[in-house]
Amino acid sequence: MPWPHLPDDFRQTHRSVWVDIDSDLYDPAEGNRVYHEYMDQLEYADSLGFDGIGVNEHHQNAYGLMPSPNIIAAGLARRTSRAAIAVIGNSIALYNPPIRVAEEFAMLDVISGGRLVAGFPVGTPMDTNFCYGQIPALTRDKYYEAHELIMRAWAEREPFAFDGKYNQLRYVNCWPRPIQKPHPPIYIPGGGSIETWDFCVEHDYNYSYLSYSGYKAGKALLDGYWERVAALGKDESPYRAAFAQVVCVADTDADAEKLYAEHILYFYNRCLHVYLGFADPPGYRTVKTIQAGKLNQFRMENQRLFTSLTWKDLVEGGYVIAGSPATVRERMEHMIKDLRLGSLFLLFQIGNMPDDKVRHSTKLFAEKVMPQLRDIWPEWKNDERFWIKPLESRVRPELPRNGR
Amino acid sequence: MSSSERRIETRRGLKSRVLEAGQGAPVVFFHGAGGLLKEEPLLERLGAKYHVFAPEWPGYGADGGEEKLEDMLDFALHGWDVVESLGIEKPSLIGHSMGGMIAAEMACIANKSLAKLTLIAPAGLWLDAHPIPDLFSMLPFELVGALFTDPRNGEKFLTGGIDFTNADALTQFMVGNARRLGTAGKILFPIPNRRLSKRLYRLTAPTLLVWGRNDKLIPPPYAERWAQLVPHARLAWIENGSHMAPHEQPELVASEVERFLGAP
Repeated sequence: MPWPHLPDDFRQTHRSVWVDIDSDLYDPAEGNRVYHEYMDQLEYADSLGFDGIGVNEHHQNAYGLMPSPNIIAAGLARRTSRAAIAVIGNSIALYNPPIRVAEEFAMLDVISGGRLVAGFPVGTPMDTNFCYGQIPALTRDKYYEAHELIMRAWAEREPFAFDGKYNQLRYVNCWPRPIQKPHPPIYIPGGGSIETWDFCVEHDYNYSYLSYSGYKAGKALLDGYWERVAALGKDESPYRAAFAQVVCVADTDADAEKLYAEHILYFYNRCLHVYLGFADPPGYRTVKTIQAGKLNQFRMENQRLFTSLTWKDLVEGGYVIAGSPATVRERMEHMIKDLRLGSLFLLFQIGNMPDDKVRHSTKLFAEKVMPQLRDIWPEWKNDERFWIKPLESRVRPELPRNGR
Repeated sequence: MSSSERRIETRRGLKSRVLEAGQGAPVVFFHGAGGLLKEEPLLERLGAKYHVFAPEWPGYGADGGEEKLEDMLDFALHGWDVVESLGIEKPSLIGHSMGGMIAAEMACIANKSLAKLTLIAPAGLWLDAHPIPDLFSMLPFELVGALFTDPRNGEKFLTGGIDFTNADALTQFMVGNARRLGTAGKILFPIPNRRLSKRLYRLTAPTLLVWGRNDKLIPPPYAERWAQLVPHARLAWIENGSHMAPHEQPELVASEVERFLGAP
């Protein structure tokens, strides 16, 4: 959900799209239009038959305009009744106390009739440490405590006392409670911290690798994840893994470049222009992750890379899957099998892409690509552990009712 | 420092390396967020007159244990644990920058347990009108500019001549940096104020404040604020001094400290 009006010379005249970005670049009146356009697009995806529509949390930036994804999700819950509402997620270490997340997610699950996918990210350093002031070396510890509190709040039937290091609550008693039992499916978005793998595997949570480096770069990381799945003796259900991918579909490969290249380049050049000092504060990544050589995607190497990439580089390097429906289908099928993916977070709106192009690409995908990708994992088709279980009898607020 | 090294283990079981030099009245020096550097000229000079100890904070040496230190009280009590395990009584304390913040906290907690206190550009206060630059978002070259008068000193002191084109050396440096500043962040991030100002009324030991006139990290208005808050403080300026005056002008800093501590 990027701000689409960053100036052409943004990189030269501003040091960062995140944290200390110039507030004069935001125009609330235009923001009114932009929010509704993006929410309309998500509702449009629901009407086209996508399994879910997703939102996430970022702060003080022009890259993603959702400090509170739950507000957007609440709007979507009222205007759709079929797709999962994937909030991936709430940065649980930032909520004081994090019982707030247990409550708001329960509200979303109840309002949507059991359609919530609950995401618990640690959060980027820009959001978590520099915007929200969390101490880098204690962020993960606080995150794990918040996770424990939320999961207990959903599971326990009696009020209980929680004596945490960061949260002390005498009466934890989550009201309302989620529809989905034992709890909504949990997705853990990760950017490459290897601790997150074991955490997901041990709890049977979905690990969602969110990056803009595309599937070729993602391969190494997902291979590492699947190794941990095997090492910990778990089954290899592809639904243990999700992946974010930028996708642009047009009638032909040439059309894709003509229609989308400028918007993709806007995104890579401006929306990812993060001041390096905000990308990796000491203590945020663990020693283990640094030693494993998993570099943060906002680090210098990537910053240099992202800005020098051309459309051709982006497509050939797998950062972006773009082209005709046949091209996109072939590449995606390869990606899904190669990385062993059960869920995909597909980004159709990107950078400053205008509404008509977003809808064109989304519709082509839904009609000409998606149907062929549905049955790639027939042996796992009954694995329901990682997906929503909505109420059959749920209210469908977008339909006429009560005489309206 | 023409010194020896000793290893201690505190009552809590935290191990650390301690540089030691000289003999006479005991003086414990607490380093700042950058750690003990390769050269510590101030300690060398003080070692000629006093029995100087310079312990490394957990997170700064090879021993680990930094996960045990989570907040200001943990750091201050660890400081006293170190003094205890050195087997010395009523030492004078010197703290530089973050080390000064902790030493001041130690002196407030146990105000009869030290002889004299020297604070060299201590962290620990915050003035809205003079925000301290954000150490944790600075790139190396920016950091050097904020710390040193002569940037060439910065490169020499901070990196110790590491070859950054060597991937292993780079990873090792990044791990060390993450541990050091990750540990410091527990009391300095995002704002280096753990409400020490409320407790400074308890600082009854004779106190010397030493401050570089050109300190760009913790600028001179902080020196004046400290002088107001500490009941028995004297303020000594180091003309043209930076935040790293103990490294850039060790002679001037040592003279002030010696005049304050008196005969060994």
